[in-house]
Amino acid sequence: MAESAAVEARSVTKTFGVAPDLVRALDDVSVAIEENEFFTLLGPSGCGKTTLLRLIAGLELPNSGDILLAGRSVVHLPPHERPVNTVFQSYALFPHMSVAQNIAFGLEMRGLARDEIARTVGEMLTLVKMQGLDARRPGQLSGGQQQRVALARALANHPKVLLLDEPLSALDLKLRQGMRGELKSLQRRTGITFVFVTHDQEEALTMSDRIAVMDRGRVQQLGTPLDIYERPVNKFVADFIGDTNFLEATALGEEGGFVRCRCAGGFELLVGGIPPAPGATVTVALRPEKIVLHPGGAHGTVTQAVYVGTDTNYVVQLSVKTDLGVRVQNAVDGRARFAVGEHVGIEVPPGAARLLKD
Amino acid sequence: MTEAALSPMPAESLAATADRVASARARMHRRFLEIRWGLAGPALLVIGVFGIVPLLIILVYSFLKAGSYGGVEWGFSTAAYVQFLFERDIFDEQLRFATDYLQIFARSILLALGATVFCLVIGFPTAYFMATRPASSRNLWVFLITLPFWTNLLIRTYSMMLIIRDEGLINDFLLWTGLTGRPIVILYTDFAIGLGLLYSFLPFMVLPLYASLEKLDFRFVEAAFDLYATRGRVLRRIIIPLAKPGIVAGCLLVFIPAIGAFITPLMLGGGKQMMIGNLIALQFGSSRNWPFGSAASLILMALVMIALIIYVRSSADRSKASHG
Amino acid sequence: MADPRATLDLKRQPGFGPVAWFCLFMLYAPIAVLFVFSFNAGRSVNNWSGFSLDWYVKAFHNEGIQDAAWISLQVAFAATLAATILATAAALATTRTRPWAGQTGAYLVINLPLMVPEIVTAIATLSFFALIASLSGIRFGLGTLIITHTVFCIPFAYLPIRARLEGMDLTLEQAAADLYATPWQAFRRVTLPLLAPGISAGAALAFIVSFDDFTISQFVAGPGQQTLPIYIYGAIRRGVTPEVNAISTILLMISILFVSASFLIGRRRQ
Repeated sequence: MAESAAVEARSVTKTFGVAPDLVRALDDVSVAIEENEFFTLLGPSGCGKTTLLRLIAGLELPNSGDILLAGRSVVHLPPHERPVNTVFQSYALFPHMSVAQNIAFGLEMRGLARDEIARTVGEMLTLVKMQGLDARRPGQLSGGQQQRVALARALANHPKVLLLDEPLSALDLKLRQGMRGELKSLQRRTGITFVFVTHDQEEALTMSDRIAVMDRGRVQQLGTPLDIYERPVNKFVADFIGDTNFLEATALGEEGGFVRCRCAGGFELLVGGIPPAPGATVTVALRPEKIVLHPGGAHGTVTQAVYVGTDTNYVVQLSVKTDLGVRVQNAVDGRARFAVGEHVGIEVPPGAARLLKD
Repeated sequence: MTEAALSPMPAESLAATADRVASARARMHRRFLEIRWGLAGPALLVIGVFGIVPLLIILVYSFLKAGSYGGVEWGFSTAAYVQFLFERDIFDEQLRFATDYLQIFARSILLALGATVFCLVIGFPTAYFMATRPASSRNLWVFLITLPFWTNLLIRTYSMMLIIRDEGLINDFLLWTGLTGRPIVILYTDFAIGLGLLYSFLPFMVLPLYASLEKLDFRFVEAAFDLYATRGRVLRRIIIPLAKPGIVAGCLLVFIPAIGAFITPLMLGGGKQMMIGNLIALQFGSSRNWPFGSAASLILMALVMIALIIYVRSSADRSKASHG
Repeated sequence: MADPRATLDLKRQPGFGPVAWFCLFMLYAPIAVLFVFSFNAGRSVNNWSGFSLDWYVKAFHNEGIQDAAWISLQVAFAATLAATILATAAALATTRTRPWAGQTGAYLVINLPLMVPEIVTAIATLSFFALIASLSGIRFGLGTLIITHTVFCIPFAYLPIRARLEGMDLTLEQAAADLYATPWQAFRRVTLPLLAPGISAGAALAFIVSFDDFTISQFVAGPGQQTLPIYIYGAIRRGVTPEVNAISTILLMISILFVSASFLIGRRRQ
């Protein structure tokens, strides 16, 4: 038998409420998550990412479809009979138990021997660098420490799959950035499949092996961080991940594996993607940082310049209706390279822009 | 957990999966309802049998004939309701319009309304003052107002009686200052009952008022001052409208127990100045007219229901208004 | 204006402070008088003639009071136990889930005893037990009082338990289930310990409400079932003495003790 995916959702549909207030949280979603993978479900709130996670955990039942863990259907099993563990968004640490009791909870429920429980709890405390805090109550811990206990409590059970529901959202920025690295290295060391839910694209891009970008109950694109950022398939993905200019353009024809397009303002660029019929009107996605400005050109006029530290964000007017956002690194002395009112030329390296489906 | 449930099922048909999901959903739903009813059932049964059935019994009793020595005789009669408005002449058996019982009902309603108004007059400033205290002393105030709410009403009424008696502290004080030569009769008057109701149910007014004033966002008050409102206008135009849910709830919580008061008129009205509660008690005591007492109880319940309906309506209007 | 800061305090409304203090005075002055004169050496309840604990000693040795206290305690304990168990189960059924068919109805029934005037409950229950006795000859003895008290104690026990449950994080039980706890284990190890303060607060309130009840008990109590409040009412009718003040003061203290306990337990952080 072929190697089965660690987690698989097959045509899963889940609705909440009744018509006319019926919400389709998941609409015929199929995803296969490989073993030892750091897999991220990314999307805006209400896109269905948390619902999918809860279906895998067994906290919700789908209307239709199947959930498989290592090739076995578990869709009909209650959460306590599924070999997965969850780190909840609010951590859900038991407030009446100490750190050690929290970590031991799952082991006790599975009826493990006392000394084995004690040994595992010790290992977990070391793993998340919480030695010596075993007697504290969750209320006496900082947000970051609570986060570690929640991780330890889930990992203590050596699950095949660890589900993480926006675990970093309650932490402040500095701590969040630190935890990203720690989570990633924890995943590498333990070899456990991580299914990570977040609405933060930076988190998703920096930690994941693969990302599923979700919107309105459907998976919009599934791929590596590089795929998602460099080759968005549709307008939603291009817009949700990073800053993007959307340009109406006319396809002129193929050229060296790219598609030559002409935009407003008359400049032409070579775009990556599946070539459409020549003469078709297409939408092109173009990242602001990939655009090169030349002083004294005739493509457009700088109408706005906003200093953001390392860079300056410019708005270049191409035509009456079309503005282009451009991000240019500042000079070494921090000065902006262009001034408002300056006429500039625009250059886009071949393949930097992408053709979108819609 | 059977082995079959966990065995790989790559060849399972879509229909079989759908069946399994559907039956798991049905099982979960059934179990959910079983647990809910199983948990709520015993309490509902106890209240149903020993709380609701008795009310149905007095509904039936109110349409029966009075037994000669208390209790009821089995036979349909509307005499209990007729008795409210008419009395039967002892000599010629004619029904004559009589207002004795109507007066008791009118007095009860007036006393309850009066107590509600005075509770509001004292309770609103109190609740507002409490809500504007620093958090530490606020909790102490809430505790001090809550405490009488939970202490024995009989004993609290007795302590009020001690003070307003002819030989009580108030009269002692008035005599000592020479403001009056003779003790002023307070006890066993309507005024005493009204005072007793006010004293008994004041916490019922303050607590809901406080609950809504405590949540009041004082930025509205600051905004109103910023727009040139005076203190009085801020109170009338901002604070009172925002506290309206609390005012309605407080008035209801005072009116309902006040209209059905029994201990207060019993002890401070001295049996002469009756309210509905005493009238009912009398029918099950020395008057031995259970049907009439049952009918009076039902009318009292109806008054309470009317007050509750007014409350539910006003809060429904409010939630409609707030949801556009 | 004495203090210029007072005029700058935007929250302040002139005259509200004195009314609040008057309110407090009004609520406590009569109780304070009752309390003070329970220690009076003389027979009067408003002429002070020296401090004495005689009336308390008298009250403690009064057999009528002893019997009534024993009845009250039995009824209150039994009713509290029954009402708290029933209310806890009902609170678990009516919170923390999507609404189920009949939930609103259940909520109304549980709170019904709060909406019916006491005197109506009293005579209706009297009629009910009288009817049962005349139809079947069954008499419940002290059980009559216990059942009656249980009914009106249920909503008082229910409200703090429900409040506690509603404030509890739903994901805690989900976390327990995720960590292999069966529904029963999740309840036993997570829900129940966290609910304990709510249950204690509810039980304390049920106990005072039962212990303090006069109106309903007076109608429902059979011969030889005189509770403490009924005894006190009888004593007041016989004549106002510091002994009545003494036993009243003890009753007030018991109430205050239980409310304070309920208040402190209920407010304890989760």
